[in-house]
Amino acid sequence: MFEIIVGVIGLILLIFVIALLVMYNSLVAKKNQVENAWYQIDVQLKKRADLVPNLVEVVKGYMAHERGVLENVTKARTAFLNASSIQEKAQAANLLTGALKTLFAVAENYPNLKASQNFLQLQEELSGIENKIAYARQFYNDAIMQYNIALQSFPTNVVAKIFGFKPERDYFEIAEEERKVPKVSFK
Amino acid sequence: MLVWDAIAVNKRNSFLLFFFFFLFVLALGWLFSEVTGLGVIGLIIAFIIAVVSVYFSYYYSDQIVLKISRARPATHEEYTYLDNVVEGLAIAAGIPKPKIYVIDDSAPNAFATGRDPEHAVICVTTGLLKKLNRAELEGVIAHEISHIKNYDIRFMTLVSVMVGLIALLSDWMLRAFWWGGNRREKGNIFVLVIAIVAAILAPIIATLIKLAISRQREFLADANAALLTRYPEGLASALEKLAKDKEPLEAANKATAHLYIVNPLKDHKSFLNNLFSTHPPIEERIKRLRSM
Repeated sequence: MFEIIVGVIGLILLIFVIALLVMYNSLVAKKNQVENAWYQIDVQLKKRADLVPNLVEVVKGYMAHERGVLENVTKARTAFLNASSIQEKAQAANLLTGALKTLFAVAENYPNLKASQNFLQLQEELSGIENKIAYARQFYNDAIMQYNIALQSFPTNVVAKIFGFKPERDYFEIAEEERKVPKVSFK
Repeated sequence: MLVWDAIAVNKRNSFLLFFFFFLFVLALGWLFSEVTGLGVIGLIIAFIIAVVSVYFSYYYSDQIVLKISRARPATHEEYTYLDNVVEGLAIAAGIPKPKIYVIDDSAPNAFATGRDPEHAVICVTTGLLKKLNRAELEGVIAHEISHIKNYDIRFMTLVSVMVGLIALLSDWMLRAFWWGGNRREKGNIFVLVIAIVAAILAPIIATLIKLAISRQREFLADANAALLTRYPEGLASALEKLAKDKEPLEAANKATAHLYIVNPLKDHKSFLNNLFSTHPPIEERIKRLRSM
């Protein structure tokens, strides 16, 4: 009888330990997924920043009067390259997105530029990268959501508390909200 | 139905089908060892043969299919647009970028193959690139990426092993009746009759289950594609265009038809064709996408 009781308790403990291990590992995997997702965005952002000097070089000849637009693009690129934290990078990347959008909008007024083969190629390349950034951000969002859900739902929340897992934030989302704030206060 | 729900239902359905299939194999295996007298050893031999025969097709199927379909690699320079779309959706799904191939044919179609996300291939026809807009192309590519991410090639390979096993067992059982009838004098006539009927019907039933699983995986890939692009209408309208296109794809044949996003052979519709089809009716797929 005694052996049976010890056996049952031992079995329950074993199941408990295995469940703990499985949950801990799934939390680690989800956290790594978030990091990997951020890295995917970073790769595309770097590719975009690398293309900017080529773009400026091509555009410069045609758009001599639009020095301000070009300077904004270059400034945003430098800010991105100098950024160290994820939050700074996200902010600088959003700046660069805006600056590039203005550049391509202004480029509409220069038919010679739009006819340039180099420019068209860079435009397709950059719009492809913008698309990839959007998808990478979607993946990043999903990864953060899944990780945060695991942190909040039972029983993984207990395991997360024991081992000190912290919830993740989407820094891109925050950067965008910050930009919207002045607009709201304006009204 | 929400996309997440659709995915959950699809996963459950394919699991149930797979589980039912497994029970079916077990039952037939038991009947087999009862009737032939070969016992468990015969069952193991049959299993090994089924695994080996499928193993080869598992590892080389992608190269064979690409050769048969006369596909050529798409370079970034020549197909920048396609390359960007595929890479974007691979990022969205969190898998490595698959290799991209193109078939020079004006019939719009696409397929994915390869045993896991690290060895995946996506192949589209030049007609697909010409006839679809960006949202529609993204829908189709997302469907193929979902097949890769869901390990559908591996899953269907597993199912094929079971179908092969059932075919072998049935075949051997029938042979055992033919050649070894006199060893069975004291055998139960009832078991014998069941065994004969089972040996004849089992391969047909197995094939039907396999096709039903395949159709579930198609619905699942559609739902996942909607989740990846966050725009079900893109794939729905692409499917509509593909269904309307009456041109058959020359590079496809009976052996490779099941891989494509829509049947490239343009068979006529009938109850039997639906039952023996690897893909659900395209109207049903569009309806489900539009209700997401």
